[in-house]
Amino acid sequence: MERSYLDYAATTPVDPRVLEAMLPYLREQFGNPASMHSFGRDAAQALEQARETVAKAINADVNEIVFTGSATESNNTVFKTIALANKGKHVIISPIEHDCVLNSARWLKGQGYEVTTLPVDRFGLVKPQDVAAAIRHDTVLVSVMHANNEMGTIEPIGEIGAVCRKAGVLFHTDAAQSFGKVPIDVRKMNIDLLTASSHKMYGPRGAALLFVRKGVKFAPLLHGGGHEGGKRSSTVNVAAIVGFGKAVGLCMDEMEAEGKRERQLRDWMISQILERIPKSYLNGHPEKRLPNNVNVRFDFVEGEAVLMRLDAEGIAASTASACSSPKLEPSHVLLACGLRHEEAHGSLRFSIGRFTKEEEVKRAVAVLEKVIKELRDISPFKEGR
Amino acid sequence: MYSKEVLEHFKQPHNYGKIKNPDGVGKVGNVVCGDVMWLYIKVKDGVITDIKFETFGCVAALASSSIITDLAKGKTLEKAAAIGRKEIVDSLGGLPPIKVHCSVLASDALSEAVYDYLKKKGKEIPADLERKHKRIGKEKEIIEEKYHDWVKVEEKMHEDKA
Repeated sequence: MERSYLDYAATTPVDPRVLEAMLPYLREQFGNPASMHSFGRDAAQALEQARETVAKAINADVNEIVFTGSATESNNTVFKTIALANKGKHVIISPIEHDCVLNSARWLKGQGYEVTTLPVDRFGLVKPQDVAAAIRHDTVLVSVMHANNEMGTIEPIGEIGAVCRKAGVLFHTDAAQSFGKVPIDVRKMNIDLLTASSHKMYGPRGAALLFVRKGVKFAPLLHGGGHEGGKRSSTVNVAAIVGFGKAVGLCMDEMEAEGKRERQLRDWMISQILERIPKSYLNGHPEKRLPNNVNVRFDFVEGEAVLMRLDAEGIAASTASACSSPKLEPSHVLLACGLRHEEAHGSLRFSIGRFTKEEEVKRAVAVLEKVIKELRDISPFKEGR
Repeated sequence: MYSKEVLEHFKQPHNYGKIKNPDGVGKVGNVVCGDVMWLYIKVKDGVITDIKFETFGCVAALASSSIITDLAKGKTLEKAAAIGRKEIVDSLGGLPPIKVHCSVLASDALSEAVYDYLKKKGKEIPADLERKHKRIGKEKEIIEEKYHDWVKVEEKMHEDKA
């Protein structure tokens, strides 16, 4: 059966060029960068080269890049050690953050900190003036994601960064979904801490980064042999980080052309779905949106059923309906945007990527149209009869 | 995650749609996840001769709806009303634990359809069916509030047709 992977926001395949770059570091150049001999030096050199590529991509200094094992680890470090190392007892987050931020903030609350959750509008946008209003004398950290993983809404992080810098409060952004897709400049955007992940951008799993601006008080989450300049102990996963570096380089080189191509596919897909399927709606912002994200909802049908009917036709998508969640709760992101439970029930996300072809998108829309019609035939509620 | 039987029923559900002039209708909703199921029956000499469903729900809800129509067809009202979640889950080759509530929805819908039939015919309603009806009634209020707009449109259409 013909299969189409339209779930790039969940994870991406490793680009063959990335894999090629990684292989020597799993084979003959397997050394531990902490070793003094030539094997170790070769590995250390590759590691530092990856650091340079990554630092350059966000306009950071090489000393400001800490490689970690996952975006979850980077975000946990921000909340569990950096927040504690800096002065203050109050943190501010958006309500549409990834679970690893929400649950880390919850943990911090258990440590006696206060957590303010900002409001968002119906597109999921945070208003910089709300951030300014929420900052108190004891605020230590503001964390607002760059782009939302479900709806693809891009937050005004430059403006939020300026607000935080003016108030002298640390600003962290989780850029797991946006890095490599839209430009990031940590200097211009006044970012103090930034999280990004390799497997969302055609690199392997097991590599991620935490940017820590020079001057920010740091405390490690993982203590040990003092790897990464003492900031993150663990034997360094060189092959994965080399792959991450290569993946970042490719994304930066191709960002403009690929972004343009994906935006066209995205906009075609959204307009076709809204036009051809009655009672369908777009979730998230129509323009301030990741180039690869299509998030739509349909009345009268449930998301898991749509997903599995698509899957039966070889099309891979994602849903945040209550039925698909381990807690039987609808997406906290969609609810924060003011969607009602039943609206979130019929939500579906397609996320396209580097290897998505136009024909795949066309077929996905045609199959989706058929699937929604079939499920509505079974549903007690039907469109405009 | 889902058994082969579940996926087969989900992809090609049996007996979905409406029955014109049904003898009994069961309308239920699940307050936990938000799924809704409407079940229609035709009855002759105390036996279910035809049964159809309409369901707004997930894979497990659709599969449970489909299988219960197979299980109930040709059965006496008494036996049909006694079909519980265990029979549904077993017939489907199992359901993930978190999805067992979907089978309860199907069982409730059938009980309600039988209750509706008995009530309309002025027949005696067994005590356990009455108890079940009261429990379901409370949940139904919550769910109908949730889908107020959609249900209103749907019921108006029924009136228009009638």
